[in-house]
Amino acid sequence: MSNKLNHSMSLAQPDTLQITAKQKIAIILGVIGLFIMVLALASINFPKKGIFLTASLALIAVGTIIYSREAYLTKLEGIKNDGTWFKSISSRGLWGWLVGLVLTGFYIVLYFFPEYLGLGMDGATNTGLISLFDPLSQLLSGRNASQWFVYGTLYTLAILAFGYKFLLKYRHNRYQRLRTISVMFFQLAFAFLIPEFMYVMNSDLPYYDLKSIWPLNYYIFDEWSVKAFLSGGNIGLALLIFGILSIFVITPILTYKYGKRWYCSWVCGCGGLAETAGDSFRQLSSKKLYAWQIERWLIHLVLVFSVVMTTAMVYTYLGYDKNDFWLTRGVFISLVIGFLTIVFVGVLAFKGKELGKDVKYGAIGFFAVIVLLLIMHFTGTTDKLFYIKSGALRSAYGLYIGSIFSGVIGTGFYPILGSRAWCRFGCPMAAILGFQQRLFSKFRITTNGGQCISCGNCSTYCEMGIDVRAYAQKGENIVRSSCVGCGICSAVCPRGVLKLENDSLKGRINPTEVLLGNDVNLMELVNQK
Amino acid sequence: MSHIVIIGNGISGITLARHVRKLSDHSITIISAETEYFFSRTALMYVYMGHMKFEHTQPYENWFWKKNRIALKKAYVNQVDTTNKSLKLNNGETMSYDKLVIATGSKPNKFGWPGQDLDGVMGMYHKQDLDNLEKHAPNNDVCKRAVIVGGGLIGIELAEMLSSRSIPVTFLVRESSFWNGVLPQGESEMINRHILSHHIDLRLSTNLKEIKADDHGKVKSVIIEESEEEIHCNVVGLTAGVSPNIDFLKDSNIETGRGVKVNRYLETNISEVYALGDCAEQHEAIGNRRPIEAVWYTGRMMGETLAQTLCGNRIEYNPGHWFNSAKFLDIEYQTYGWVHGMKSKPDYESHFHWKHNDDNKCITVAYHKENNLFLGINTFGIRMRHETFDKWLTEKRDIDYVMTHLVEANFDPEFYLHYENEILASYNNQLQTV
Repeated sequence: MSNKLNHSMSLAQPDTLQITAKQKIAIILGVIGLFIMVLALASINFPKKGIFLTASLALIAVGTIIYSREAYLTKLEGIKNDGTWFKSISSRGLWGWLVGLVLTGFYIVLYFFPEYLGLGMDGATNTGLISLFDPLSQLLSGRNASQWFVYGTLYTLAILAFGYKFLLKYRHNRYQRLRTISVMFFQLAFAFLIPEFMYVMNSDLPYYDLKSIWPLNYYIFDEWSVKAFLSGGNIGLALLIFGILSIFVITPILTYKYGKRWYCSWVCGCGGLAETAGDSFRQLSSKKLYAWQIERWLIHLVLVFSVVMTTAMVYTYLGYDKNDFWLTRGVFISLVIGFLTIVFVGVLAFKGKELGKDVKYGAIGFFAVIVLLLIMHFTGTTDKLFYIKSGALRSAYGLYIGSIFSGVIGTGFYPILGSRAWCRFGCPMAAILGFQQRLFSKFRITTNGGQCISCGNCSTYCEMGIDVRAYAQKGENIVRSSCVGCGICSAVCPRGVLKLENDSLKGRINPTEVLLGNDVNLMELVNQK
Repeated sequence: MSHIVIIGNGISGITLARHVRKLSDHSITIISAETEYFFSRTALMYVYMGHMKFEHTQPYENWFWKKNRIALKKAYVNQVDTTNKSLKLNNGETMSYDKLVIATGSKPNKFGWPGQDLDGVMGMYHKQDLDNLEKHAPNNDVCKRAVIVGGGLIGIELAEMLSSRSIPVTFLVRESSFWNGVLPQGESEMINRHILSHHIDLRLSTNLKEIKADDHGKVKSVIIEESEEEIHCNVVGLTAGVSPNIDFLKDSNIETGRGVKVNRYLETNISEVYALGDCAEQHEAIGNRRPIEAVWYTGRMMGETLAQTLCGNRIEYNPGHWFNSAKFLDIEYQTYGWVHGMKSKPDYESHFHWKHNDDNKCITVAYHKENNLFLGINTFGIRMRHETFDKWLTEKRDIDYVMTHLVEANFDPEFYLHYENEILASYNNQLQTV
């Protein structure tokens, strides 16, 4: 295999794709913007922080905008993947590893050592990078910035700036344009602005991104969170009820109608970042069979962990002595077990046949959870569950799943594992939505008869690592729980073979042996089994 | 259980092997000198363009073959001895077979141009062609200009490939308009304009006279036949069609014409020897099809069919309605049923043509002049549903029905603008003036 991969230090391989003078200027602007933050991080105390912060954010945004315009608007509309595998940054070259290292480092500091970013500990004033963001935080909610505010601002900036790049790249594709505007809107409004304004209106309320649904939002049912909601008056109660309805009512309905894409690639913040800033890395997800096998075990283990952890959390604070509320520990654990049983029996009854041998794994998982919950109920004391301190489970989840998996690995490893490593291997919300999508959704990717030429563009650019081609070349619709419906497979297909659509459940899963276009009698002979 | 040997690991041979394995326990060996594992030939262009790595063009992981007990042999077959049922390989080995399948595909045409074998002259068909292009045209410093000879599907792909590395391309097309032996005029002309908009130097009605060498035997320039103009270049792409890759059968008893002669069962004149895909030549063409069909889809369909025959259910190769697809730079093309270009159009065939103002989308619908029967559709820039047209062709719908139900066949992504109303209005308009 002598196809050449040149991992040079250059962002673009020098002998194939050169960046223009304008793009060099754009890069310089962006780097200056970043450099202001680096200086702040190095505890340079800027006067007039507001101006420097504005300059920094604006330079990064303008740099990205100029770079993207030069990259895409100078060319005709169409698929723009030329040189993707030649560029060091998008083919796990040196730049890819360096960016991965920097991102990973940033996440580690953010989660575990926020004081290095300049967070004022124990009421002290902020210094460093975080103090640079104080003016913006003051403007929005009248309080000083936290590391999460800094992170939220940069996150939103990334989605907006790279979203703009994505809009130009796919300007011929209305599905991509609308979807990208949607994730940009939800990030800016729901994740960034509305929670700040909510704080201004009612400072008792916890930070609540309305679109962040349990179990992705794993702390919404934490004691402090629930208490804060309940002390927030009617609005707080309404928000808490909305949080519960989101996962149990709204989610199944929307997934039934549109597939999990309504959330994962149109609304979700993690998805939003993956689709915009992560777009350059989507081709790095592994399509190997073993990756799929790891994925299926890992994501469902995380789901089990998150269900057990949340139940244990709620169970703990329901167990306090003075609980005269109707929801006691016993009632609660019965409700959880009852709900899980209904789901399990329902799936078995209606879809057992379709799932084949996977039913066995589902059953093992189900009974494992029930046993865990029963052990917890019968061995638990006021302050200990599973013989460990009740908060330990929650801390472990927050540390290993919430921080390390979703942040450090999920985003830090973009240039190595692709942009959706968290969504694919870890996100419990994606697991639930995927379960619904696989079992009862109108969504599928339709394959266009016999038109597939097995070229592999669809599989290569699937960020979730689905081997789309394996289905398309068999003329089989793609109905996979992991598909987030980003629509890129359809976009990059050179022969118009793939179409995301919502249609009737009948004929949704259609394995075939002989494809459309051949002898009709042969097709009937082989395909009727 | 018999030993089936397939020469060639392209889509035809591989499809055959997979289906034989599904249907039987025959032992299967695939011989190829090109690559170790099956890859999608149509995707080679994307490797050069950096959209994919070569490994991405392989539809099956490497463990697949062993798991399915399909033996792969990397070798070139020098000689076929049908009397003793054995093959002589280039590494000196011999291999015996019970059933032999020839699936060796095509090779690029060369029409005896002076200089056609120089260093830097290449087709774009085999994996080796890709390696060769990477060597001679890694960038626009090494390759200042490339000249492509032959205006077909491979030619325009090669032009797109070179353009992706900013290598200037001169595209010599013998016909007066791109691919107009196949495409109706309106479509062909739209593609001409699209090629030019990509800054490709398209020369219509232009033939190659000769290719000139520098002192090292490398390509230096080409001479145009009509004008005697000399165009300096470092690479010449020969893409004037392909022909069956069957030279190794010269001394065998297997009957060949341009390709390996086969009947409708894909059987050659020698019993237990079969041929399929690009290299097979039907004694008589099937319907409007050509005797040699060098198309991905037909290769696959022959593989699906022949597997039945080899596994005891002898059936004819009996393809359904014609379909095909391609992509011309940024414009996707699909065709269902038969729409003929000007030169080959039968007397009974009439066309309705619609083109969008943006000059990137158009359709041509062919129908029978006398009974208005729908014959076929070419669609550019609008995706359409294979299944729907296949059904309409089987049901023998008339053109009015197709035009009024066109929206049912739309396969564009969600939220795309629809053009069916505009098309229908144009159709009604044109019919009234007739």
